[in-house]
Amino acid sequence: MIEASERRVISVIVVNESSVLSRITDLFSARGYNITSLTVAPIPESKYSRLTIVTSGSVRVIEQITKQLHKLIPVLRVYEHADLVEKEMAMIKFPVSENITDINTLCEAYNGKIVNVGENVIIAMVADEPKRVENFLSIIKRYNPKEIVRSGAVALER
Amino acid sequence: MQISGAQMVIEALIAEGVDTVFGYPGGAIMNVYDEIYKQDNFQHILTRHEQAAVHAAEGYSKVSGKVGVALITSGPGFTNAVTGLADAYMDSIPLVVISGQVPMSLIGTDAFQEIDAVGISRSCTKHNYLVTQASDLPRILKEAFYIAASGRPGPVHVDIPKDVTAEIAEFDYSAEIDLETYKPHTKGNPRQIKKAMEAIAKAKRPVFYLGGGIINANAADEVRELVHKTGIPAVETFMARGVLSHDDDLLIGMLGMHGSYASNMAMSETDLVIGLGARFDDRVTGKLSEFAKNAGVIHVDIDPASISKLVNADYPIVGDVKNVAKEMLELSSQINSAKYKSWRETVANFAELHPLTYHEDTDRIKPQWVVERVGQLLGAGANISTDVGQHQMWTAQFYPFSRPRQFISSGGLGTMGFGFPAAMGVKAAAPDKVSINFTGDGSILMNCQELMTAVEKKLPVINIILNNNYLGMVRQWQTLFYDKRHSETDLSVQPDFVKLAEAFGGIGYRVTTKEEFDAALKDAVEKNIVAFIDVVVERLENVMPMVPAGGSLFNMMLLEKKETK
Repeated sequence: MIEASERRVISVIVVNESSVLSRITDLFSARGYNITSLTVAPIPESKYSRLTIVTSGSVRVIEQITKQLHKLIPVLRVYEHADLVEKEMAMIKFPVSENITDINTLCEAYNGKIVNVGENVIIAMVADEPKRVENFLSIIKRYNPKEIVRSGAVALER
Repeated sequence: MQISGAQMVIEALIAEGVDTVFGYPGGAIMNVYDEIYKQDNFQHILTRHEQAAVHAAEGYSKVSGKVGVALITSGPGFTNAVTGLADAYMDSIPLVVISGQVPMSLIGTDAFQEIDAVGISRSCTKHNYLVTQASDLPRILKEAFYIAASGRPGPVHVDIPKDVTAEIAEFDYSAEIDLETYKPHTKGNPRQIKKAMEAIAKAKRPVFYLGGGIINANAADEVRELVHKTGIPAVETFMARGVLSHDDDLLIGMLGMHGSYASNMAMSETDLVIGLGARFDDRVTGKLSEFAKNAGVIHVDIDPASISKLVNADYPIVGDVKNVAKEMLELSSQINSAKYKSWRETVANFAELHPLTYHEDTDRIKPQWVVERVGQLLGAGANISTDVGQHQMWTAQFYPFSRPRQFISSGGLGTMGFGFPAAMGVKAAAPDKVSINFTGDGSILMNCQELMTAVEKKLPVINIILNNNYLGMVRQWQTLFYDKRHSETDLSVQPDFVKLAEAFGGIGYRVTTKEEFDAALKDAVEKNIVAFIDVVVERLENVMPMVPAGGSLFNMMLLEKKETK
């Protein structure tokens, strides 16, 4: 019986100490769980960091992921989000020969703009829901992007 | 007070009440060993291999209920110890393993005897630390002991660079442990417990499924009382042997791959599984979709991640099984034990139909007889360890265990070579009881260098080698599932185990008859020195009954019936 696999966003609050990130990623690799994206940064004015993990799995797998994460000693809290606001950033490098006005207009539609114009390249950024970032990236293919970098998702419960 | 990191290690061990440390010195841990030389608060047992040091600490911990301690050096010292850490992790044994590391300034330079110890141990410890300054040591060591012993117990690894053991800093061990992120849930939810008891009262064919967590939680007394008050029959996992005494009327037996027919049938026919400190291991459940198919499940476990991991729990209760069993006892008056009379009879019929037995149909000694015989002669007076293989299963099946912490074996990891060093730890913890290690001619060679430790430290372990000149369990699988292609399992070429024991200063016996066995065991117990009793047993004996891997519990391969015993 194959259980349905779903995309899930999990936030983990951890003590900001050395090797804590490898404890988290080791857990995923050792148990055969999947990480789609992972972002991590310190929580301001605290000794904690917040990780946002996008993963996928059946209900049972997700339950195990949250329970196993919570078992790790430096983990303070694990949230499996149901109702959340999610954002991801992407930066894209275009040849300077591409239509800068078109690119800028497109970026604006995805909560972004052109952030740098150099001698050879234009760099644009967008910050939007991960799904919309994906749409954006498929649309701008026609402007011959030379390099794309995505940040991975961050999320907050509503 | 201002002392060195190495002195802090000693002071912390003393403060924790440690009386025995197992270990092996080396370059990176020498500062600590220098302090050990100067003290006489605890004994240090020098094993001849780091793996054995950790297994000995496991055996010590299993029998005493205390945290086992092992001390090792960096690099190969640490990598040798990894098997022990993994073994303790799988069986939830509380250990603190302290390793030396190259100096801070050399970390990451591929220095001599450097290895990323915390990187390696991360996946086989409950928690681990790399200590970067001596001032952290008191807190870290205190946390290590606390984490190892609390919640679901497990091994904690502390890696200390050599310069940190030399560094002088303030030592104050009095601070309270304050781990905001680690607060094990020890008290079960009262409402859930009440619901579970109501479910038990309603059930017609309930079964207690007793796991090793009961022994870890020192909850055997409460669980025994609960079983007797309710009159509900119980099965034990391999790790739970001894929770109920072998002669307890309500004990059906061990369940699982080599469990009894009665236990596995009871599990298949039950309408309510009452799981206490057990984790539904695949060696226990067989084919998951067929396991206790028509039953509700109560699952009591201190580890929330164990609950509903494999089998969905209808009544999940997170808590220490001792606390929960006490609360269940308080509510047990609503349960009428007379109600389960016919269910108890059904279970008894299962046992009568296919009792756990063997046939005495050869001139050679049957290995099961050896286990039974030791049980008759030593019974509760011996602590029993095993290695891993057929002898291990025969021991679990046929030894008359009567108390918790009597049976010490490698369950989760299945570590060959575990038994002898573990038995030394057992003897160190309980010198007044005979320490028997049932082993095989395959397993014993994996840590036989410990003969030297046992002789030197006067740890008179009696190793009973059930010698069939085979890697027996693998041979059994090859016979049953690989069309008798006995690939690389014939161990016909073996050392002279008598001479081997004698070479180290122990005593050896070669036994081919039952009379010789009795005489050898009697002599070994009397002489009270480390012994190898090499028993020539029937070569082709299989462990029966058996659930083939992934098969259903109710579909057991059974011992063929014969008229003899």
